[in-house]
Order: sequence, then structure tokens, then C-alpha cells
Amino acid sequence: MVFFNALPGAVAEGLIWGLMAIGVYISYKILDIADLTVDGSICTGGCVCAILITRGVPVYLSVIIAFLAGALAGIVTGLLHTALGIPSILAGILTQLMLYSVNLAIMGGRSIASFVGGNYSLMLSMRDNISAMLVAGGIIAAAIICLWLFFYTEVGLTLKSTGDNPDMSRAQGINVKLNKVIGLAISNGIVALAGALYAQYKGSANINDGRGAIVVGLAAIFIGLSVSLKIKPNFVVSLIGVVGGGVIYYIIYNFVILLGLNTSYLKMLSAIIVVIFLAVPYIKGEYFKKQKPIPETGGDADA
Amino acid sequence: MLKITGLQKTFNPGTINAKTALRGLDLTLNDGDFVTVIGGNGAGKSTLLNAIAGVWKPDYGKIEIDGVDVTKMPEHKRARFLGRVFQDPMKGTAPDMEIAENLCIAARRGVGRRLRWGFRPNERQQYRELLSTLELGLESRLSAKVGLLSGGQRQAITLLMATLRRPKLLLLDEHTAALDPKTAAKVLEITDKLVSENNLTTLMITHNMHDAIAYGNRLIMMHEGKILIDVSGEEKKNLTIPDLLGLFEKASGSEFANDKVILSK
Repeated sequence: MVFFNALPGAVAEGLIWGLMAIGVYISYKILDIADLTVDGSICTGGCVCAILITRGVPVYLSVIIAFLAGALAGIVTGLLHTALGIPSILAGILTQLMLYSVNLAIMGGRSIASFVGGNYSLMLSMRDNISAMLVAGGIIAAAIICLWLFFYTEVGLTLKSTGDNPDMSRAQGINVKLNKVIGLAISNGIVALAGALYAQYKGSANINDGRGAIVVGLAAIFIGLSVSLKIKPNFVVSLIGVVGGGVIYYIIYNFVILLGLNTSYLKMLSAIIVVIFLAVPYIKGEYFKKQKPIPETGGDADA
Repeated sequence: MLKITGLQKTFNPGTINAKTALRGLDLTLNDGDFVTVIGGNGAGKSTLLNAIAGVWKPDYGKIEIDGVDVTKMPEHKRARFLGRVFQDPMKGTAPDMEIAENLCIAARRGVGRRLRWGFRPNERQQYRELLSTLELGLESRLSAKVGLLSGGQRQAITLLMATLRRPKLLLLDEHTAALDPKTAAKVLEITDKLVSENNLTTLMITHNMHDAIAYGNRLIMMHEGKILIDVSGEEKKNLTIPDLLGLFEKASGSEFANDKVILSK
């Protein structure tokens, strides 16, 4: 019974992390970059949004600016990687570290920016989980529609091919470096947007928010795609699956808390989920691979 | 059309692994030339094609395509002049994208992409017709992921992509070497058809002496980063494999060494 009472909260929180996972999906699945910037940019989104709202900036404008701040972080990572030749994973780590200082500076040196005590009009809050679910769901739907439209434009198609086959992309006249920067900007913009929603939902932004966010995002992607790819492997279904993955993750998370697991072990749990999803296909391929029958020589008749 | 002067390239300069791949190579192609390129192991054939494509910048020398100096132009910018097919059939197409999407990207090479809908209304129909000319049954699989296709099918699609917008110069880097003989013959047949129909200026590396003689109007043989033999016209038409090996031995003073060539003689 307690579990069912906790369910709306788990779903609402899961949706917000599902939105973040969409951002991670763009870098990890489409661009083929494991972008660690997200641990910083999700926090940046929360800090920017919280500080702006508490200074009286309208909530919708604050959220848009949070998105732009995240996009800027993505651009920094992209430039470190493409213009300065730093490996992408290190570029992400470096930006993440920079963002820790930046985020502290944004919050005026304090580690928490809280909405508590003020009468701010927020988009969503954990005090009303049902409406929080609707707001988060609406924003996710809008984001998926925008991304779906974008990835079927000429520019969007080149972004897909950049991650899928950079050699082919360059041969077809695509500026692979520019595309990586654009992709990372969109990715981190969405992550920061999720951060802005998360801060409102919780009622505060904390400098330590977002630690391990990339792992949660990856867990949501793996859980979601393991289901959605079986249904229909297309872009929109994949994104919906990723959001669903975020929700499932948070339901499991809440369930485990209810079982009485010490909350300090939860990051271990997140990491283990990701390890399992990455390791299972590898182990299957490496240790349990059935030998294929010897192919007939002479090539396919239709080749 | 293509004018290369004094092209030099050394990989890993100043180290024990230093390898001079091109030693002051000069080459001029005329409009409509279909040139086959052969040469021994490490003769610099692929290095030459990569230099033209802009994969890296040469140490010395100049490359002009259609009067434009492209020596310092980045790879993606000079792509507007070039159609390229790689040796590895996996390299020329995006596996996780549909056949139609791959073609759609290729149709916009050198045109500049904008934030407008990826496909024009009748574009898919055009691709269907184009694919049917390959006679591989791909016209009914427009929305299939390219990764599901065989190497030969992917290479045929890469050829279409390379020629969809008429390139100033078509670069084929042993594009049939990774295919089985039957498929290789089919891809070569498609190549010849596309080149002659569009009157494309073409550089085709091959390890098969027979193909090198059978196709194209001009044949060059490379050796140690330079062009050793350059035959065209009637002389090329009447060339035989023993002639070619004789020419090589006379010009280089050594025996022709390319394991792949010797095996396929």
C-alpha cells in the first residue's frame, strides 16, 4: 500500500529523469559520444532556473534560459573535443569540473538555492504529483515532437549520419565537427531543461544534484530500449521507450527504498543496473556464442 | 580536370616508422578520363586517393580540381567535387539509417543543408527508380536499414551515392577488393555503366590486372610513390598482362611484387 502511495511521486520524478535521458540518448546513441558533461549541466539547469525564479524572473523564461545555459555547456565540451582535439570523454569530464565552479558562482557561492518560504509560481512541485506528471509529460511530448521533426530535416539527417558513420559523412560533405557541437548543445540543453524541472519539483537546487546523472540516463536508455526496440525500432518509439525507462527506473528505485535499503547504496544500484545492461550482450556474444554454420561460398545470389 | 604537381607525403616523419608514401608525384587528368591505377604493395595508390580526398594534407605539392586549388581545403568542403567509394564496404554508407536516408544525404552533397524537411515530395519515387537500375531488388526496400544489406549491395549503393550528384572526379579505392568474385564483377559492371553514362572523370585503383586493362581509357602504374607507367589510347587497348609486367620490370629494374595481384593473375 505504501508502495502505491509512492507511485505518483516515482512516476513524476521518473518522467523528469526520462526527459534527461532523452538528452543523453542524443549524445550516446545518435552521436556515439559518452558525454559526461551531463552530470554538470543538469545541475547548471537547476541552479540557473532556481536563481532566476527567486530573483523574480518569470518561470517560463527561467526555464528557457536554463536550457540555453545547458546548451552552452554542451558547446564548450564540443569545442574542447573538435577544435582542441581532446578525446570526447575527457572533454566531458573537464567541462563537468568547470561547471562545478560555474554552478557555485551562479548560486552566489552557496550550495543550495531554495524556493522554500517564497511564494513563487512554479510549473510543477512534488506537493502535487498528479499535476507534476501532467506538466512533465506535456514537456516531454513537446520535446519528442520537436526532436522528431528536427531529425527528419536535412540538418537532422546529417547529425544522425555523423554518429553512425563519420567517414561516410565527411565524404558526403558533412561538417562532422560542427555537427558534434550542435548535437552536444541540443543534448545538454535538454538535460539542463530536465534539471530546471527537477529543481522546481524538489523545491530547491543543490550543487550536488546531478552527480551520477549520466549513469541514471544510461540506465533509463538501456531499460527503455530493451523494450521499445522489440516493439518497433524507430526514432519516436525509441524516445518514448527511453522516457519509460526513466519511469521504470524510478519505480524500482522507490521499491528498493521501501524494502529498506540504505539510501546511501542507491548510486551503487544505478551503476550495477548499467553494468548488467552493458555486460549481458557482451557476455552472450563472447562466451555463449553459437557457432554459425559455414556460409556457402560464391556470394549471395542477390548481392 | 585534376592537376597534381610535386605531391609528397611522409607518414610518421622523424621516427623509426617514417614511411614516404608519395615522392613528388605529378598527374594530370583530362575531362572524361577513366584511369585505372595499379601498383605493388605500398606503392602509394591509396595514399594518392586520400590526398586528393583531403583525408590529410600533403607535405609538399599542389592539388587542383577543375582549376580550384584544393590543397588546403578540408575534407568535407572538397567533397562537393568528389564522389568516393572505399575498399571497405562498411565505410561508404550509414548502417543504422534507411537506404532512402543515405541517398537523401548524398543527394545534397555540396549543396548545403538547411532546416527544411529532409525529403522532397517525389524524392523517394526517384530513388526507387534509381535503385531499380542496379537490378539488385533494392527498389522495394527503400526504408530498410543499410546495415541489413550485404557488402555488395552496400557497395552498389555507395556507388549510387557517389554519383547521385555528378562529381567532378570519382575516386574508387579498390572498391571491389573485399567482395567475392561474382559480386565484384557485378559491382564493376555497375561502375562501368555509371561512369560511361555520366561521362565521369574517374580514378579507379584495382589489384586485378585484367580489370585494369579491360576498363578505362588510361592506365597508370605506381611504384614507390611515383607514377612509373602511364599508357592510354590505342596502346592501352592493345595492352596484355605480360606486356604490362614487362613494362614494369624495364622501368623499375625490379620484379613486380603485389601478393594480391599475383594471386589474381
